[in-house]
Amino acid sequence: MTMIFGVPLMVFMGQLMLGLINGAFYALLSLGLAVIFGLLKIVNFAHGAMYMLGAFATLLGFQYLGLNYWVALLLVPLVVGGLGMVIERLILRRIAHLDHLYGLLLTFGLALIFEGTLINFFGVSGSSYPTPAALQGGMNLGFMFLPTYRAWVLVAALVVCLGTWFVIERTRLGAYLRAGTENPALMQAFGVNVPQLITLTYGFGVALAAFAGVLAAPLYPVSPTMGSSLLIVVFAVVVIGGMGSILGAVITGLAMGLIEGLTKVYYPEAANTVIFLVMILVLLLRPAGLFGKEA
Amino acid sequence: MSQAAETLTEYHDLDGAEMLRVSDLHAFYGESHILHGVDFDVKRGELVTLLGRNGAGRSTTLKSIMNMVGHRTGSIVINGNETLGMKPHRIPRLGIGYCPEERGIFASLDVEENLLLPPTVRSGGMGIDEIYAMFPNLYERRHSQGTRLSGGEQQMLAMARILRTGARLLLLDEITEGLAPVIVQTLGEVLVKLKERGMTIVLVEQNFRFAAPLADRHFVMEHGRIIEEISAAELPSRREHLNSLLGV
Repeated sequence: MTMIFGVPLMVFMGQLMLGLINGAFYALLSLGLAVIFGLLKIVNFAHGAMYMLGAFATLLGFQYLGLNYWVALLLVPLVVGGLGMVIERLILRRIAHLDHLYGLLLTFGLALIFEGTLINFFGVSGSSYPTPAALQGGMNLGFMFLPTYRAWVLVAALVVCLGTWFVIERTRLGAYLRAGTENPALMQAFGVNVPQLITLTYGFGVALAAFAGVLAAPLYPVSPTMGSSLLIVVFAVVVIGGMGSILGAVITGLAMGLIEGLTKVYYPEAANTVIFLVMILVLLLRPAGLFGKEA
Repeated sequence: MSQAAETLTEYHDLDGAEMLRVSDLHAFYGESHILHGVDFDVKRGELVTLLGRNGAGRSTTLKSIMNMVGHRTGSIVINGNETLGMKPHRIPRLGIGYCPEERGIFASLDVEENLLLPPTVRSGGMGIDEIYAMFPNLYERRHSQGTRLSGGEQQMLAMARILRTGARLLLLDEITEGLAPVIVQTLGEVLVKLKERGMTIVLVEQNFRFAAPLADRHFVMEHGRIIEEISAAELPSRREHLNSLLGV
């Protein structure tokens, strides 16, 4: 059997794949955080809760309304994104003129409320969601076994990430976003409705988190705490990548997933902490992050 | 009128009428009271200047017209529409182009993106080819990052992008500041062309030699008020008086 530094190839590739899947989730979530931070300057602590709501809405839609996975994949980001827009319009906008620290605290509080409410009704144990029929099974690639659903998650996440990058970096709407990030007052003086742009941006960032939640439902137990445990790692990813760049968020997300996967192969004890070690190193050597712009 | 103004976004052409009338305008940044009752008017097709020393309130007057300061009282009528109660993003849609003192070129956009950024507010704006013909440097550097341009090129870009939008009233804040004489001269030629096209222009200017031959009227500001109005015809006889007001 082929060995890679003393580890069987199958195991090595399998862990790498797992790492890449985790990385895809990190990428989707840190991308949404970066988009929101750009225009609102708020570190959205409710992001994990929105991811969790996405997964829960998928599960409950299936259990109570019989909504299948594909409908959920389309509908849930819209609904949860809509909830995000309501939150921005009714709550976040009222504190937009205050120090951004208040936004952080407020979104943190919102996350606790969403989490606590769902724990109250559903407990913390978590339920499983069936893998959609079309994506069951897997294929043997010779050097490893690739479950179809995981391949799908990777492709879907990458397509959405690149699509988002394209819209922001290459379209007129994206130019509005980038310019609004830099100088919102001047954008208003050009006739752009910046408050509306902010609401839509927050809604879009939240929809990205909800989309990740739908993708996660068949993979991980759907529980009210699934978001908060993931969000800590995602924040580490954001710190490593830096807040400045969309593509940076995506690349760092995937890279950190891979590093985590590799650590599981060679030194499993450190797998849960390796990202934070990288974070500390980056903070010491390049405080603005790998892709961030120095202030 | 003021109640209707909130929803009124289309532009009324009133021939021969005032383009802009500012009456008893007070403006505040937080606690500080910057403008103390500014009064002036600009007729269609006119080019007027706001002159004065630093801190006299000239830039704040332009920002107040755009609703970019904290709090305002008084009246600002643009083409027959009272704008004091309007949201900031509605005001440019009356056909106004604003060029800020710091130029406001976006670093995250390239030159062409900067140029195409401001939404069209009215039909009849200059086409992109026409703009590139007026500012050939911008065409050559259209794929450069906006803030990589020289100061003069950035100023031209800041002007060019509001010409595309169809704005008929231009508020230009210190466009010659810190620029080489040859570029100042080019900007002067551009202003003449814009005036020939019937644009109405309010020019905040430090460089009086630049502004004098272009303007129909000059308003001198001090301590947040207009203290003097001098027409182009009066200028030769009142030059010395004006110099003493400006402290040059």
